[in-house]
Amino acid sequence: MTEVVDGGDAIAKVGARAPGRRRAPRGGLRPRMSWEYVSFLAVFLVFPVGLFLLFVIWPFAQAAFYALTDWSGFSDEFNVVGLDNFVKLWNDPLFMTAVGNSMKLALVVPLVTVVVSLAFASLITVGGQGRGQIRGLGGSGFYRVISFFPYVIPGIVIAIMWRLILDPQMGLVNGVLTGIGLNQFEDFPWLGRVATAMPWTMFVMIWGFVGFYMLLFIAAIKGVPAETYEAARLDGAGRIRMAWSVTLPLIRDNVQTAWIYLGIGALDGFVYVVALNPSGGPENSTLVMSQQLFRTAFTQGQFGYASAMGVILALVTLLFAAIVFSVNRLLGGRDEKGRA
Amino acid sequence: MTAIAPESAEQAPAPPARPVGGGSSRLAHGDRGTTTIAHIVLVVWAVIVIGPMLWTLFSSFKTTNEIFSSPFGLPADWNFDNYVSAWTEHAIGTWFVNTVIVVGFALAGVMLLGAMCSYVLARYSFPGRRAIYYLMLAGLTFPPFLAIVPLFFVLDNIGLLNTLPGLIVTYIAFALPFTVFFLYAFFKTLPEELAEAAAIDGAGHWRTFFQVMLPMAIPGMASVAIFNFLGLWNQFLLPVALNTDRDNYVLSQGMASFVSQAGYAVDFGSMFAAVVITVVPVLIVYIVFQRQLQGSVSQGTMK
Repeated sequence: MTEVVDGGDAIAKVGARAPGRRRAPRGGLRPRMSWEYVSFLAVFLVFPVGLFLLFVIWPFAQAAFYALTDWSGFSDEFNVVGLDNFVKLWNDPLFMTAVGNSMKLALVVPLVTVVVSLAFASLITVGGQGRGQIRGLGGSGFYRVISFFPYVIPGIVIAIMWRLILDPQMGLVNGVLTGIGLNQFEDFPWLGRVATAMPWTMFVMIWGFVGFYMLLFIAAIKGVPAETYEAARLDGAGRIRMAWSVTLPLIRDNVQTAWIYLGIGALDGFVYVVALNPSGGPENSTLVMSQQLFRTAFTQGQFGYASAMGVILALVTLLFAAIVFSVNRLLGGRDEKGRA
Repeated sequence: MTAIAPESAEQAPAPPARPVGGGSSRLAHGDRGTTTIAHIVLVVWAVIVIGPMLWTLFSSFKTTNEIFSSPFGLPADWNFDNYVSAWTEHAIGTWFVNTVIVVGFALAGVMLLGAMCSYVLARYSFPGRRAIYYLMLAGLTFPPFLAIVPLFFVLDNIGLLNTLPGLIVTYIAFALPFTVFFLYAFFKTLPEELAEAAAIDGAGHWRTFFQVMLPMAIPGMASVAIFNFLGLWNQFLLPVALNTDRDNYVLSQGMASFVSQAGYAVDFGSMFAAVVITVVPVLIVYIVFQRQLQGSVSQGTMK
């Protein structure tokens, strides 16, 4: 292919004028200005982009500004207070608790979800018998369809369902536990104790996430040529060795993407924590940043302060993504050296 | 592309005759052990996934008394009272209809606008093209929580706060980056000759898009539409913050308010029924489009 596939504007323009080339190279048509063209651009470009700017970009920009004010949201008056909100946040024990809880979620949930969904995806795609054609475990079609169910259940419904399941009196969990003779759990309030509220919240989120990431990893593993696995098997690699030394390095980018999305999902976590424990959990043990932001903005009417929380949340999210990128690069770098 | 056999062994053609016995019997034995453990792990997970769902389904047919007195067995008789009361008394019906309206219009809107926008960005050259594309990408990464407070006032100022149209345009705007990002790659790959042929035949920009390009993009559109449908149906933050009129609730926020109503007064039977009503449509969509869904994920992940 001689054409510029992904050329920038400048290249496309040069291409358009180069003799002997097609008039409209890839990367852009350069049509004449006409009423038809102008109306076309207005509807196809200006309208959607305008909508996006007004409802997405503009609020983001405003939020960054409000974070520097003491605006309550209910009056027209506000003062620019500089970084006062951020100083206040630093000294706000409730918010710092929320930050800590969000961090816990962002560490545990992606780790467990990636490990579990990668293991299941490996079993389903290449974890079959050790001889013959490379294929998944018998009956894996069944496991695949079942495991994806939670993916299509709305997050809020997942959380509500688990709240009912964890209900002390009628819940499924306590019923099963007392059913097998553990009578001390008869009225155990799983979501009402500091020691168990957060772990169950994590579990519910993982339960909801695993299906999608299995789907993602299965798709990625299917993109790996079977010969690679056959070669590994001839070298005597077992299932775990194959997952660790073949699958993981080959779908590294997918794992990184998954990790970032999971981290963002866990840092948000709003739907889950709100439905499982609207009050923030026993002693605020499941209160997360997004929940505290929402309360501050819409219950307490401190919009400036809440925007500052939003800025912190955005920064933590970006920081998280940056860490995942760097870790992946560091590990990848070591691999390259090892191979050389 | 892929050389691996279908993941479901039972659908695959019979495997080639296995070598029997011989020196590798020790290996085969260990192999069988691992396979058994793998099956056990997957079965346990399947139970963890299915168990709660079945329990919810069964409970939805019980009276609140029965839920408390015998939370486990099957319902004594399968009555639909909970469904009736959830649908009518607890406004699930209204919320369901609202959700269908909002998600339907938003989905149609975002698919059309997303396709138009990504088509122009992918195939036309004009100043600022890259900048717009990167701005869209940036919109994908910011946490919506940051925007929610000012968004409240943007909608308030244009008089769309607490209305379904307000929710629809917001949904469209927030789903636009993902849609554009995905379809951009798709329009890039369509052959240039098609547009040229259309131009030679005298088609203008509008006609070229609607009669030539858009039909070509339908497979890509279908994948994005599935993702957008699930995403919009599950949307929670935007309605909770921007749509506080109880009559305009969508299902997800209605469910949340249902649960947060004063603890003891909650009609548990109806709540179970409401959960089932919310889950069933998406589950049906999933089962119908299961293959396409998987295909769309592989499309999105392969380079």
